[in-house]
Amino acid sequence: MISVPVSVQLLLPSVLFLIGLLGVLIRRNVIFMLMAMEIMLNAAGLVFIIGSSLWKQADGQVMVIFILAMAAAEVAVGLALILQVFQMHKTVDVDQLQELKDERERG
Amino acid sequence: MDVFHLLWLVPAFPLAGFLILALFGLRLHSRAIAWIGTGSIGLSAILTLWIGVHFLTQPPANYQYSLTLWTWFDINGFAPGIALYLDPLSLVYIFVITFVSFFIHLYSTAFMRSNEGYVRFFAYMNLFVFSMLVLVLANNLLLLYLGWEGVGLCSFLLIGFWYRDEVNGYAARKAFIVTRIGDTAFIIGLFLLVKQFHTLNIQDILQQAPVVWSAGATAVVWVTILLLGGAVGKSAQLPLQTWLPDAMAGPTPVSALIHAATMVTAGVYLIARTHVLYSLAPAVQLLVAIIGLLTLLIAGFSALAQHDLKRILAYSTISQIGYMFLALGVGAWTAAIFHFMIHAFFKALLFLAAGAVIMAMEEEHDIFKMGGLRKKMPVTFWTFLVGSGALAAIPLITAGFYSKDLILFDAFASTQGSFWLWLGGFVGAFITVLYTFRMVFVTFYGEQKKPITHNPEEEKAMMIPLVVLAVLSVIGGWIELPHAWAHFTPFSDFLTHVLPPTNLKPDMESQEFMLQLLTAVIVFAGIYLSWLAYVKKPALSASWKNTSLGRACHDFFYKGWMFDQLYDKLFVKPVVWISRIDPHDFIDYIYEGFGRLNVLIHAGFSRTQSGYVRWYLLCIAIGILFIFSLILFV
Repeated sequence: MISVPVSVQLLLPSVLFLIGLLGVLIRRNVIFMLMAMEIMLNAAGLVFIIGSSLWKQADGQVMVIFILAMAAAEVAVGLALILQVFQMHKTVDVDQLQELKDERERG
Repeated sequence: MDVFHLLWLVPAFPLAGFLILALFGLRLHSRAIAWIGTGSIGLSAILTLWIGVHFLTQPPANYQYSLTLWTWFDINGFAPGIALYLDPLSLVYIFVITFVSFFIHLYSTAFMRSNEGYVRFFAYMNLFVFSMLVLVLANNLLLLYLGWEGVGLCSFLLIGFWYRDEVNGYAARKAFIVTRIGDTAFIIGLFLLVKQFHTLNIQDILQQAPVVWSAGATAVVWVTILLLGGAVGKSAQLPLQTWLPDAMAGPTPVSALIHAATMVTAGVYLIARTHVLYSLAPAVQLLVAIIGLLTLLIAGFSALAQHDLKRILAYSTISQIGYMFLALGVGAWTAAIFHFMIHAFFKALLFLAAGAVIMAMEEEHDIFKMGGLRKKMPVTFWTFLVGSGALAAIPLITAGFYSKDLILFDAFASTQGSFWLWLGGFVGAFITVLYTFRMVFVTFYGEQKKPITHNPEEEKAMMIPLVVLAVLSVIGGWIELPHAWAHFTPFSDFLTHVLPPTNLKPDMESQEFMLQLLTAVIVFAGIYLSWLAYVKKPALSASWKNTSLGRACHDFFYKGWMFDQLYDKLFVKPVVWISRIDPHDFIDYIYEGFGRLNVLIHAGFSRTQSGYVRWYLLCIAIGILFIFSLILFV
C-alpha cells in the first residue's frame, strides 16, 4: 500500500475548504451559499478522517458521523428559512436582504 | 444577667428613631414626632444609666468591655469590625451625650414647634446622636471615623436647617469644608497607622505602639500631627476655628448640642483615646498645649467684642475647648475629660437659656438691644446666671471652678507644664470672667429695651432642661475636689483605668492653694470690673470704645482677629482667581480628548456595517486568517 504523506493528504480538504469559502463570498444566491457551506463542512470532516487514520483512533470517524447528521438537520432548517425569505421578499439575492442594517448610519 | 450585652442598644435607639422619622415622619402628628425623637434618646439615656451603674458596681475585667456585632469587611487580614468598646472614658462620654441630648431634645419639642421641618429637625438630631455614640463607642479607628463623618454631616445639615436663607447655607458649607481639611489630615494619619500595624483596632495600636516606636520617632510624630489635624478641625481650634462662630446660624438647640456640648469635643476625645501615641511624641504634645493656649486667648478676646449673644457663646466654646487642649497637652488627661463633662453641662445650659432669651426677643441676637430681662424671665435669668458662674469659674459653688482650676493647676504643676502655660490660662480665665459677666449684665440688667411678646417661661418643656442642667452645673464639680483640700477624686480615679494619672513636679501641692486664691481674686475682680463698665457707669465702656485705639481693638476682636479676612486673601481669593482665568479647566481637555477619540473610533467602525452579508463573512474570514497567522508565526 502506498502511503501518502499527511501534508499531501491535507491538500484535498484545504482545496475543498477554499472552494467552499470562495463560493460563499462570491455567490449572491442564498441557495448556492448554503451549498458552498456544505462543501466547507465536508472539508472539515475530511480533516477528521485524516486525523483518525493518522493516529489510529476511531474518534475522528465518530465526529464525521456527527457532522453528517448535524449537516442534514442544518440543511433542513436552512432550506426552510430560505423558503420563508423567498416568500417574504420574493428574492434569494443576499445583497438585497438588508433589513437589519441601521438606517441612521447610512448617511 | 450581663447588662453589657445590651450596649448595642444605646446607639440603636437613636438610629431607630431616625429611621422612623425619616421614613414615616411626614405622616406623623407633631406630638408623635416629639415623642419618638425625644423618647429614643430617653431610652438610650436610661439604658446608659443602667449600664453605668453596673459598670461602677460590677466592673468587667480590666474595666473594659468589648462587643463585636459583626465584621465590617475583611481584606487580606485587615478586618475592621462593627464593634463597640466600653471603658470609663467612653462611659463618661456616652453618659454626657445621652443625658445632655435628652434634655436638649426635650427643650426642642417646644422651641421648634412653630417651625416647618419639625420632623426633619428631629430626624437629623437623632442621626446626630447615633453618629456621636458610634464615634465614642467604636473600638477601631475606622468605625470612629464613620461616626466622625456622620456628626460632621449632621452638623452641616443642621447649621443649614433654615436653608431658605442663603447666609445659613453659606455657614453650613463653611463648617463642612473647614472641618474637611482636618478630616483629610485625620484619614491620612489612619493610612499611616494601617501601614504600620495592619489594624485600626485602638487597643491593639495602643499596646503595640510603645514596642514598635521609640519616643519621638518620625512616624509617631507624623501620625500624631495628622490626628491632631483632625481634632483641631472638629474642635474648632487654631488655625481651623473660623467655622464655629458662623455655625451659630443653626437653630439654638443645635448650637447647644452639636456646637457646644458634644461634637466639638470629639477632638478632645480622639486625643485622649490615643494618648499613648501623644506620650510617645512629646513635641507634638507640647504643640497641643500651645494650640490650646493660643486658641483660648484668641477666642476669649474675640468673645469680649461680640454683640451677638450666640457668637459670644460660640467664641467662649472655642476658648473652653482650648482649655481642654491645654490640659491634654500637659498630660492632664483626666482634667481635660472632667472639664469636657462640666463644660457640656453649663454650655448647653447657657445656649438653651440664650435660646429662650432670643425667642422672647423675637429673634433679636444683639445683646445691646435686650437689657432688663431679669425680672421678666426669672427662671431663665437664674439658670443663665448659674451657667455663667460655672463658665467664669466662681470659686467653691460652681462646677466650672473645680474643673478649670484643675487644668490651671496641672498646667503649672505637671512635669510637662510651665509657668508660661499657667500664666496664659490665668489671663484667659480673667478674660472669661469679663466677657461672661458683660453678657449677663448687658442682657439681664439695665432698662428693658424691647417688650416681650411671647414669654418662653410658660413652656415647661423649655424650663425643665434649664433647671436640671443648672443643678448639674453646680453639683457636677463635687466629684473631683482639688488636691489641696481633700483627697476626694472619684472621677479621676475612675478614669485612671484608661488614662494615666498626671505626673506632678515634686512639692507642688502646697502651691495649689496660692493659685486658687489668685484665681478667686481675678474672678471677683473681673465681675466687679464688668459690673462697673456695664451697670454702674455704662458711659465708661462707651468712652473707652470711642478712643481710636479702643475702636481698632474692638474691630479687630469683633472680626475674630481677622482670621476670616486672612483666609479669604490667602486661600479663597486665589482659588476664585484661578477658576476665573481658567473657566474650562485644562485638565478637562484630557478627558474630553478621550471622549472625542472614542466617538471617532466608533464612527469608523460603524462604517463597516454595510448591510452586505458577504462583506461580513469576508471580515470574519480575514479575522480568522489573522488569528491563525498569529498563532502559527508569532
